[in-house]
Amino acid sequence: MVKFILVRILQAIPTLFVIATLTFFMTRLAPGGPFDSEKNIPDEIKEKLEAHFGLDKPLHEQFFLYISNLLQGDLGPSFKYMGWEVSELIAKAFPISAQLGILSLSIALLIGLPAGIIAALRKNSSYDYFLMISAMLGICLPTFVLGPLLILIFSSWLSWLPPLGWYSFSDMILPSLTLGLFYAAYIARLTRAGMLETLNQDYIRTARAKGASPLRVVTRHALKGGLLPVVTFLGPAFAGLISGSFIIESIFFIPGLGRFFVTAAFNRDYTMVLGTVLFYACLIILLNLVVDIIQASLDPKSRKK
Amino acid sequence: MPRVLAMTPFQIIRETNTWKIFYIGIIYPMWIFITSFFLFSCSAPSNVEKALDEQILHFGLGSEPQYLDPHLANSVSAHNVIIALIEGLVSEDPKTLKPVPGVAKRWDISEDGLEYTFYLRKNAKWSNGDPVTAHDFVYSYKRILNPKLASQYASMLHGLKNARKYHESNRVLDFEILNAGQGYTDESEVSLVGSKSGTGFVGLLETNASGSIIGVQILEAGKNYSSYQSIEISDENGTGAIIRPIIGSLSWDEANVGAISIDDHTLRLTLENPTPYFLELLNHYSWFPAHPPTIEKFDAFEKQGTAWTRPGNYVGNGPFTLSDHKVNSVIEVKKNPLYWDAQTVSLKGIRFYPIESADTEERAFRSGFLHLTQTVSPDRIDFLKANHPELIHFESYLGTYFYRFNLDEPPFDDVRVRLAFNLATDRKAIVEKVTKGGQLPARCFTPPGTGGFTPESRFRFDPEKAKSLIQEYLKEKKLKSLPKIELKYNTSEGHKKVAEALQGMWKRHLGAEIQLLNMEWKVFLSTISKRDFSLARAGWIGDYVDANTFLHMWRTGDGHNNTGWSNAHYDKLLELAAQESDAQKRFSYFEECEKLIAENAPILPIYFYVHVTLRSPTVKGWYPTLLDHHPYKYVRLENLTIND
Repeated sequence: MVKFILVRILQAIPTLFVIATLTFFMTRLAPGGPFDSEKNIPDEIKEKLEAHFGLDKPLHEQFFLYISNLLQGDLGPSFKYMGWEVSELIAKAFPISAQLGILSLSIALLIGLPAGIIAALRKNSSYDYFLMISAMLGICLPTFVLGPLLILIFSSWLSWLPPLGWYSFSDMILPSLTLGLFYAAYIARLTRAGMLETLNQDYIRTARAKGASPLRVVTRHALKGGLLPVVTFLGPAFAGLISGSFIIESIFFIPGLGRFFVTAAFNRDYTMVLGTVLFYACLIILLNLVVDIIQASLDPKSRKK
Repeated sequence: MPRVLAMTPFQIIRETNTWKIFYIGIIYPMWIFITSFFLFSCSAPSNVEKALDEQILHFGLGSEPQYLDPHLANSVSAHNVIIALIEGLVSEDPKTLKPVPGVAKRWDISEDGLEYTFYLRKNAKWSNGDPVTAHDFVYSYKRILNPKLASQYASMLHGLKNARKYHESNRVLDFEILNAGQGYTDESEVSLVGSKSGTGFVGLLETNASGSIIGVQILEAGKNYSSYQSIEISDENGTGAIIRPIIGSLSWDEANVGAISIDDHTLRLTLENPTPYFLELLNHYSWFPAHPPTIEKFDAFEKQGTAWTRPGNYVGNGPFTLSDHKVNSVIEVKKNPLYWDAQTVSLKGIRFYPIESADTEERAFRSGFLHLTQTVSPDRIDFLKANHPELIHFESYLGTYFYRFNLDEPPFDDVRVRLAFNLATDRKAIVEKVTKGGQLPARCFTPPGTGGFTPESRFRFDPEKAKSLIQEYLKEKKLKSLPKIELKYNTSEGHKKVAEALQGMWKRHLGAEIQLLNMEWKVFLSTISKRDFSLARAGWIGDYVDANTFLHMWRTGDGHNNTGWSNAHYDKLLELAAQESDAQKRFSYFEECEKLIAENAPILPIYFYVHVTLRSPTVKGWYPTLLDHHPYKYVRLENLTIND
């Protein structure tokens, strides 16, 4: 097991290097720079600004400098948020995005799993139709529509919840609900499909024939197999959720990583773009590793491989 | 029917044993979470309600400022925060923006309008208790003008005598004569070529009787030259001379910049030209002081991006001090008890929220989270005007929305085509039917009333005249119709609507085929500065209330010109205006400039900006001003009923 983990970590190094290289050159190829603004800066000032931040050096030199700083764990200063280090900004924004992601995932599971199970058990009933139509709507309704809609109902009309911010628990409800409902819809459909497949298996019939209670059939026998597709979906979904959503964070004014990432690209904040991309890459590599380890411990077949 | 379906999750939990852990571990906590939605539902008072007691202003900032350093700041959002933290020599009247005493309690102006002597108040203090002295101001000017700091707004100080000399680095200081040669003509021009970006050098040869070079008379030192090994003199008769320019920068003392601290509390500023708006200029953050020991402590004298602007480190002299800064979330300032005029300040603090989305900002405002917004989404103006006329405010703003022509791209190389496009533009229809925010149609370039100057309306709507101009052009060029023209603008719903309206007008009146092309902001900016367009959107917001801030940009080769238009008479008029201290004469020069713009039409003015904002009626002492400046020390929060 230790060897397996070590090999995977070693494999991650060239992957990260390729990502860093590609991102570095792609951001530099984009027209415009971090110091362009509507009020034109005189050329000589712009040259000095670029010299100030080492942007006047040949591109390959800048690249090697960046990589050597990176190896020492230095992501460099942000160009847009002067006086702040990229690593500091990520360290502050990531916990917020992670919090939002975990809350959303809890809501998604809470709503999605029971909905899927009920729909499967009452296949083709009005319950099923209602739940699956709602799920379809949930998938089709983008978060930038659902978010303002929820704000309109719970904040403007009912005044139960605040429409924005990330200060107290009540602020967290609407954004996590918006994001959670979207994932809940997927989970409900996956659960229903998985459950339907297992409920038709012979061993379920056997269990019923042996006189197991309906509850026992569902919880003990069917769920285990029925949830497999959901588990597969949860891996990448979790990584996506905790790394922040630009749309949700903008609508609800949450200072999470998603907003930093997208505005960095708009601002040509080179170091911030690179920093966040590399951070995401590490996060995904790490989560994949965790998923693989879990799978290996669950499934003897893949353990041998 | 399976019994499980008739049960609630609570019953399931009660009745099962085997999968108890699964339910108790996952399902039950989630139900608690759901029900807590309703328990935690807020009925707490909103920010705006609480603010009446707390006297905290909640301010929609629009975007996160790039810098909080007054010598590096480059945005409106930075301005809005910095004026809370730092006070300049003068301050602004909250209604008229006329200069009122700030750190300086009074000042004298010499008769020729070139020398200003400021007498600083003795009780002006930095937020750490140090007195604010004249030396601090000189230090600050030295810092912002230091070429190594690379400040984007340093040129605001070029009105100070010799400031430009100090600011522009790598000038030609002198010449070393390696070989004097012979046969050279006195006063022949010396030109420097081959330097990457050096510009502006003008010099004449000085020779002795035998035509050997004895020196070079430097008329203009130029800027940005890189070093030379040697240069040859291209004089038809002379031979053999080798001379080498010595490139360098001047020190503060060598440059003799016109900013001198006579004693701790007296500051004398000497100007290049009489500048009637000089005192107004002092309210731009580039003229603000910074606390020298703090700058030194963080080694920020010539370095950007140091930590001195963080809460805890920031030392200012304004009515407020920086108490918290969470990037992309909030900037909080608290009342500064050491501020000399602290008794006038009634706010206990201001919280600035960088909310980028106009829709989110509006929701924040309507839920009582904000007292005022930075902007209003154009789609919402009609609704808000009809339903909340007491909250929405339209305030004229010192800015012009216009299009640039590229004078090197046909058909806009011909003045008749440019004039025809201008004549075929129904500006009234644009502001009434498209923008709808109470904008004024722009019939000149400088907004009317800027510093007392109102140009004549020269850009008229006359489709018949436009049509005949185009026909004349087509006939002469032997064309059937105008070539397809691309109109570039940065991606925004508002810009698109205006562009579409104009596309229709020009099609109808001129038969022109316009293709709209929207671009991401930074791509658009680099396209404009590379002049890779034939027609493109633009906007200009004045830095101070004087026509100069507008007309300046159409000088030959100005960094903001980008049209390719160049007119020697225009340049001369602006120079004359700069040296003129009589207001009426200056205005007549400006009027002449406006006339030249209208005749040559390098641009197509569309409308004058209006600042549309939502503001709570509890905010008092806040007045519409042309620059959207609002000195916070006069702002109070009071319940509506008290004043009604």
